[in-house]
Amino acid sequence: MSTLDFNAELAAAGANVKSRWGAVRFFIRRYPLGAAGAVIIGIFLFAAAFAPFLTVYDPLSTNAAASLARPSATHWLGCDFMGRDVWARIMYGARISLEVSLGAMLLGSGIGVTVGLLSGYLLGWFDLITQRILEMMQALPLLVLAIIMAAALGPSLHNTIIAIAIPLVPYVARVIRSSTLSLREQPFVEAAKAIGMPETRIAIRHVLPNTLSPLIVLATAQLGSAILVEATLSFLGLGVPEPHPSWGRMLSESAAEYVRTAPWLVIFPGLAISFVVFGTNLLGDALRDLLDPRQRS
Amino acid sequence: MRRFGLMVLTLFGISIIIFMLLRLTPGNIADILFDAGGFVDPADKARIEADLGLDKPIPVQYVKWISGLLSGDLGISYQTERPAIQEIAPRIPITARLAGLALCFAVLIGVPFGVISAVKQNTRLDYILRVISLTGLSMPAFWLGLLILMGFVAYFGTIPIYSDAPTGFWNALLMYSVPAAAVGFRSSALLLRLTRSSMLDVLRQDYIRTARSKGAPEVVINYYHALKNALLPVVTVIGIEAAFLLGGLIVTETVFNIPGVARFLVEAVRWRDYPMVQNLVMFIAIVVVSINFIVDMLYAALDPRIKYSD
Repeated sequence: MSTLDFNAELAAAGANVKSRWGAVRFFIRRYPLGAAGAVIIGIFLFAAAFAPFLTVYDPLSTNAAASLARPSATHWLGCDFMGRDVWARIMYGARISLEVSLGAMLLGSGIGVTVGLLSGYLLGWFDLITQRILEMMQALPLLVLAIIMAAALGPSLHNTIIAIAIPLVPYVARVIRSSTLSLREQPFVEAAKAIGMPETRIAIRHVLPNTLSPLIVLATAQLGSAILVEATLSFLGLGVPEPHPSWGRMLSESAAEYVRTAPWLVIFPGLAISFVVFGTNLLGDALRDLLDPRQRS
Repeated sequence: MRRFGLMVLTLFGISIIIFMLLRLTPGNIADILFDAGGFVDPADKARIEADLGLDKPIPVQYVKWISGLLSGDLGISYQTERPAIQEIAPRIPITARLAGLALCFAVLIGVPFGVISAVKQNTRLDYILRVISLTGLSMPAFWLGLLILMGFVAYFGTIPIYSDAPTGFWNALLMYSVPAAAVGFRSSALLLRLTRSSMLDVLRQDYIRTARSKGAPEVVINYYHALKNALLPVVTVIGIEAAFLLGGLIVTETVFNIPGVARFLVEAVRWRDYPMVQNLVMFIAIVVVSINFIVDMLYAALDPRIKYSD
């Protein structure tokens, strides 16, 4: 049986996988854009992890004297209306963004994988009903579903994660279901059955690991869309509440007033969001090329 | 016909999901009204709840909503106390115009550049186009809107303001096309990527080699032979695109202060105006599901290999 093995995939694409660095170098040469994406995500993770060391300001402390201060040597990216340092808020905002997007992706993928695996494995009425429900969920735009979920649950960090995770479930579940359907006909699954392995164990030990490569591609893409949805919910005032510094809320409607007077309040948080999502998109594309041999040219 | 039945069934299911979701909300409108007042007289609260039908069991409330929906009675808005239909109906054409223009923009930009990107695969031009389209997909729609506003301030000193009665066709077109371009740019990025990958598949086919070997000019091969088949999967995606576009419209209408249906959904959510929210979401679901249905039918008509069993 073949589980997901990056080295094997890389070797198939012609890399020298004898040394770990050989594989990394190959990835960089073969997918320069994907490597750039990985670097961007690295910077994002670094900012989230070391936010307190990257700024001397507290993202929450207000300072009337610095209200709407222009970008300068003391406040690199300027200050907002309440005199809060924009650079500090962006660095700490990376934490919120990471927490929400990673949380939503893991929760959404977790539920999606469970539902998809059960659906593809059990078939029958369970499959029929879950497929119809997933179809209904997909008939609503992702953002609309997230908006009503957020409204129904009320504003909090955890509720925002749930509100973003649930709309992601159908996309994961359908991909996992379709790969489960083809996997269960494979000889290694039959072999496992023949030696008397219990069904749940087959599903978890043999089928699940083989669905990983489409899952990784999907999860990378979803990390990006989760960041975008979080930003949008917060922009609309339905996402992460005060006092958490969220990139989306930094741009909330009042930002339109500052388009004229304080453009730095509009430009920088948006750049942060776009930069990170751009990174996930680049990496996602490269991983899809690598893990989906049909796309390999 | 079977597919039409399935569509109705899907919408029915969606209505149940929407209704249940909105009933999860902690605190109803009566609580909110009284929160503002501070003092709560239980008798007053009960009277308001009875007026709004909130004292009835949930299934009864649901049946009342659906039967009203089917007969065109959408209930009364909690916020404005006017019939919901009167609030929603005048906003539909605004959003429809915006969406139509945005879709035109997306197709006119996305498809030709997708073809160019595929034909020039792995050249510098291809890389530039791919990076631009990926950038488009990475930018939050509302930020793009804000940047456009900023550009207007920088170059013209003013912000394009929405007016109910623009003077003349050109003014109206201009007023709509700026926000439409903001929404359409993201969709065009998606279309560019799809057209590109679909074109790449088609360009490797034998019949393209045949066309080339008989000496057909490149332009004819790319835009006549290849694009015709490459567009098939792109057409199906227009259904998904409609949903994607709607997401963009919600924030773009908010940024540009356009009183359309999409922005109204956000306002209704903030007011916890249930009748509005559930009607608006249902309206969106009906639009998206119908578009998907039409696209499915269109696909079968365009590609004779596909036949839906009736």
